[in-house]
Amino acid sequence: MAVAARKGASASKGAAAKTTGRKGAAAASFTRDEDLLAYREMLLIRRFEEKAGQMYGMGLIGGFCHLYIGQEAVVVGMQMATKDGDQVITGYRDHGHMLACGMDSKGVMAELTGRRGGLSRGKGGSMHMFSVEKHFYGGHGIVGAQVSLGTGLAFANHYRGNDNVSLTYFGDGAANQGQVYESFNMAELWKLPVIYIIENNRYAMGTAVSRASAQTDFSKRGVSFNIPGEQVDGMDVRAVKAAGERAIAWCRSGKGPYILEMQTYRYRGHSMSDPAKYRSKDEVQKMREERDPIEQVRRRLVEEWKVGDDELKAIDAKVREIVNGAAEFATNDPEPDPSELWTDILR
Amino acid sequence: MARMTMIEAIRDAMDVKMTQDRRVVVFGEDVGYFGGVFRCTQGLQAKHGKERCFDAPINEGGIVGAAVGMATYGLRPCVEIQFADYVFPAYDQITQEAARIRFRSNQDFTCPLVIRMPTGGGIFGGQCHSQSPEACFTHVAGLKVVIPSNPYDAKGLLIAAIEDDDPVIFLEPKRLYNGPFDGHHERKIVPWAQHELGEVPEGHYTVPLGKAIVRRPGADVTVLVYGTMVHVAQAAAEEIGIDAEIIDIRTLLPLDLDTIERSVAKTGRCVIVHEATQTSGFGAELLSVVQEACFYHLEAPIIRVAGYDAPYPYAQEWAYFPGPDRVGRALRDVMEG
Repeated sequence: MAVAARKGASASKGAAAKTTGRKGAAAASFTRDEDLLAYREMLLIRRFEEKAGQMYGMGLIGGFCHLYIGQEAVVVGMQMATKDGDQVITGYRDHGHMLACGMDSKGVMAELTGRRGGLSRGKGGSMHMFSVEKHFYGGHGIVGAQVSLGTGLAFANHYRGNDNVSLTYFGDGAANQGQVYESFNMAELWKLPVIYIIENNRYAMGTAVSRASAQTDFSKRGVSFNIPGEQVDGMDVRAVKAAGERAIAWCRSGKGPYILEMQTYRYRGHSMSDPAKYRSKDEVQKMREERDPIEQVRRRLVEEWKVGDDELKAIDAKVREIVNGAAEFATNDPEPDPSELWTDILR
Repeated sequence: MARMTMIEAIRDAMDVKMTQDRRVVVFGEDVGYFGGVFRCTQGLQAKHGKERCFDAPINEGGIVGAAVGMATYGLRPCVEIQFADYVFPAYDQITQEAARIRFRSNQDFTCPLVIRMPTGGGIFGGQCHSQSPEACFTHVAGLKVVIPSNPYDAKGLLIAAIEDDDPVIFLEPKRLYNGPFDGHHERKIVPWAQHELGEVPEGHYTVPLGKAIVRRPGADVTVLVYGTMVHVAQAAAEEIGIDAEIIDIRTLLPLDLDTIERSVAKTGRCVIVHEATQTSGFGAELLSVVQEACFYHLEAPIIRVAGYDAPYPYAQEWAYFPGPDRVGRALRDVMEG
C-alpha cells in the first residue's frame, strides 16, 4: 500500500510540535475511499494474524509468534500518510507492518512456517523478514535494537539528499533501552528525518508500563533532546494518519526527528505461550467492545457511508481468500534444503 | 528430597539464599510480578517482597551496571537476562566493570554478582533466542562461567554462585528446563520427575564451582561436554555401544583440568561437544588444554562436534543442532583414528 503523502497538515504541524506531550487534535475525517482502504488493510492484518494463531495451535508454526491483533490502526494509519520510498523498520511484532507495507502475505506466512518460499527462505522466522522493494528494513528480535538502525536509515536519507522519512517503530518496553536515547540525541543533533513511533500497548510482555517506566508519557521521552512528541489515539486510524502527516511534514522539511506515542492495545498475549495473567479478561473485553480499530471503521462505513452488507461481505471474502491462499502456500511449500544453512552468511 | 524441574530447582536456590541472606536481591525483565519468562522467579516477590525481587525495565546494560554498583557496596544481586541472546548491551559492563573491579581496586572491592540467563537452542527460537554465547565470557579474565545440566546441579551450583565473591555468569540450558533432552526431538519429552538428577534436596547445599563430574565412567574415549549436550552425548554413546567416559564440565571457568586430564590419560581419546558455533568456541580451548596436558597419552586426533559456523536458523533446526547422530559419528571416528 503506497498512498501519496497529503500536504494538508503542514499548517498545524508547528503548533503540534510545540505542544509536546499533548494529545493531537481531534481526528480528521476520512473520505469514503480512505475508510474503505483502512478497513481492508486492517482486516487483512486481523485475519492473517488469526490464521497464524490457528496455525501455531496446529503445530505448523513453532517457537515465537507475536500477534498484532488490536494494534492494526497504528501501522495502517501511518502507511496512509507515507509516500513510496519512506522506510519502515520495527521489532519482533512485525507481521502487520509487513502486510501494511504491501509485502506478499504468502511470503510472510511461509516464513512463519519456516518454508523455502518464506521471505527469508524460512531461516529467519517470525521476527526476521525484509523487503528491498517495499522499503521494509526488518523485523528485529532484539528489543530496541532497531531504533538505532532506523536512525541510521534516516542518516542515509539525509546524506543522500532525498526526502524519504524513516518510520522507526518500537514498543513501550523497548523505550527504556539506553540505545533509544543515544539515537534520540544523534537524530536531533544531526536533524535526521526519523519518526520514532512508540507503540504503547501498555504491557512489555507481562510487565505493565507503570511497573517499568518512570515517565509513562512516552511523547515526552524526547524532551531533553528537544524532539517534539505527541500522544495519539492509536485505536483510531484517522487520528494515526493525521498525526503521521504532521510528523512526516516536520521530518521532510528538515526539522529533524519526531516522536509519536501511539496509545494502543494488544488483545492477545505477548507471544503464543503467554497466559496473560497480568491483566483482567474484562480489560481486554472492554477494549474489544469499545475501542476496536476495525469496528470503528466498519461502523462508519455502514452508518456514514451507507456501504451495504454485500460490499462489506465482498471485502471480507477477498481478505479471507488472500489469507487462506497464504496459509495453503505456507503449509505445502517445502522446507529449505539443509544446505541453505551455509548460504547468506558472507559473500 | 523432592522431584523438581530445573526451573523449580533454580527458583529454590534463589529462595534459599534470599531467606538466609538479606543481601541477596533478584531482579530483571518480567522477573518480579510476572515471575520470569520461564517462571524461574515465580512467587519470589510475593514471598520476599518488592524490595528484594523486582521488575527492571528492558535495559540490559542498565540492569548489569546497576548490579555491579550494588555488588561493590555490600549486596549480592542475582539478576536475570531474559535470554542469553539479549546480554550483549550489557557486555561492556560485564567485561570491563564486573570482571575487573577486584583487579582494578587492589581487592578493596569485589563484585559478588550472578547473571543468570537461559541459553542454547532446541525450542525453534531462531537466531535471537537460541544462541550459546559462553565463549564470549570464558574469554574474559575475572569471570566465572557455569552451565548446569540437571536440577540437582542447577540448585547447588546457583547457591554456590550466589555465595561466591566474584561475578558468575550462570547459563541455564533452556531446553533442559523441563526435562533431560537427549536430542531425539521426535520422541516424547521425558520429564525431570523420571530422572534421578531431578531429585533435589530441600534447603541449603552447594555443588562446588570449578569441579567437573564424571557422568558415565568408561574406558574407550573421554567426552568433554556441558549443558544440554551432556544428555545428547550419553544417548549417542549408548546407541552406538561405545564405552565412553562422559565428563560434564559444569564450570567452564575456572576449568577442572585434573578431572579431564585423569580421564584422557586413561582413555587416550577425546571428543569435545557443544552447541555453540565451532570457530573460537569453548571447544577450541578444551582441545588446546587437552593437547597440552595429555599429548603423549593421545592415540587419535581430538574431534570436536559443535554448532555449524552459521547463524542459528529457524527452519532446519534439527539439521543444525548437533544431535546424537553427529556425536555418534564422532565417537566412531575417534575410535578408528
